[in-house]
Amino acid sequence: MDSTTKIKELLEVALLTSHRPLSIDDFQKLFIEKIERSTIRMLLDEVKSDWHDKAMNLTQISSGYRFEALPSFSEALMRLNPDRVMKYSRMVMEVLAIIAYRQPVTRGDIEKIRGVSLNPNALRQLIEREWVEIIGQKEVPGRPSLYATTKYFLDDFGMLSITELPDINQFTNDNSIEEPAQDNIDSTQES
Amino acid sequence: MDNQIDSDQLLPKVYGERIVALPQDLYIPPDALEIYLDSFEGPLDLLLYLIRKNNIDILDIPMANLTSQYMIYVEKMKAIKLELAADYLLMSAMLIEIKSRMLLPVPESDEGEELDPRAELVRKLVEYELMKSAAQELEKIPQLGKDRIVANAYFEKITEITYPDVSVDDLFNAWKNVIKRAKQFDNHKISRSELSVREHMTLILKSLVEKDLVEFSSFFNVEKDPIPKLVVCFLAILELTKERLIRINQQEPCSPIYIQRENS
Repeated sequence: MDSTTKIKELLEVALLTSHRPLSIDDFQKLFIEKIERSTIRMLLDEVKSDWHDKAMNLTQISSGYRFEALPSFSEALMRLNPDRVMKYSRMVMEVLAIIAYRQPVTRGDIEKIRGVSLNPNALRQLIEREWVEIIGQKEVPGRPSLYATTKYFLDDFGMLSITELPDINQFTNDNSIEEPAQDNIDSTQES
Repeated sequence: MDNQIDSDQLLPKVYGERIVALPQDLYIPPDALEIYLDSFEGPLDLLLYLIRKNNIDILDIPMANLTSQYMIYVEKMKAIKLELAADYLLMSAMLIEIKSRMLLPVPESDEGEELDPRAELVRKLVEYELMKSAAQELEKIPQLGKDRIVANAYFEKITEITYPDVSVDDLFNAWKNVIKRAKQFDNHKISRSELSVREHMTLILKSLVEKDLVEFSSFFNVEKDPIPKLVVCFLAILELTKERLIRINQQEPCSPIYIQRENS
């Protein structure tokens, strides 16, 4: 068998069996002899195109590469483990959005934008999830911690970098504000 | 209880006009108020809700109306959730300040540029609204552990087995331990005795029928008999003595011991 094909197959198998994303460094460890990074990249591109019409896609995210099920299958697949799904509160998502779009931010910055004092649980949940980390202190009185998003945040949201976040400028034209969560609060719809 | 709601007071005013028909969404039963207020993420969220609700242009906010509506909510809130009300009270103060500044005549400015007192509030509202939409957009992105599902196929893991080194000494020590343990086990073996004390008692008595006096040591063939037999024989002599069937005599210390029948 052609050795290039064999290398490609090994990359493919490694990706399918790995429980975490694999980086180019990881792929190099698969081989005793040295394989150039450019060769691996090229072969990964081939794997990607081999799978383009399959139920799984090879995607590149912040920490490397991984196979992901096509989003159209997610709903069905989630039925396998229904209890695993957890949803963060609106507060936590707002804090995450502020950190993602305005990073690095202090606790005070977050409070200023939301106009309400911050429940420490929100930050704790995000730090525990490893989506948010403290990257330093702001050199102002009190030296408050500066919060930013992590590589795992990008991984978990399927992004290669923070620039892939939804474009914030497109929201400004969109005037529709979602009504508060409870259905019974609002029965009238605005256009 | 002063959290009884006066529905008249709760009626919203839009551009100064009281809405007579009570909108369903603005009627809040007292018990539900807490839950209702919880559905707002803060004073800015509540303000945004009021603004959108009344179709007010965010860039041209009628301060009087908005402030009075906002105050109705805060009053109710104060009665129920004091700690939550603090942030809302700060906003009320800000709204009232803006409102009062708008009522005052604007002094002639040197720069000719007139500053709208609402500008800062509008900037805050716009930024918050932006982040609120951003949060909703983020939520829509599939997340790992939720609706982003990744490959994790099975493969058989081969772990290399390393054999430990074993020396002759190790083997010898192991064997010694086996023997030691076997011996301990041996000593604890208890089996029903096959030698009967009664039987020996009979034998001793029989031998005394023939001879009147028998030397004690003659009952014990130390070289040939196994230890249990010697013990049982001794026990039989003791038992016979106890039952007063034989008598044990010794003339003086270290002299031979003799056994004879009682009453013979």
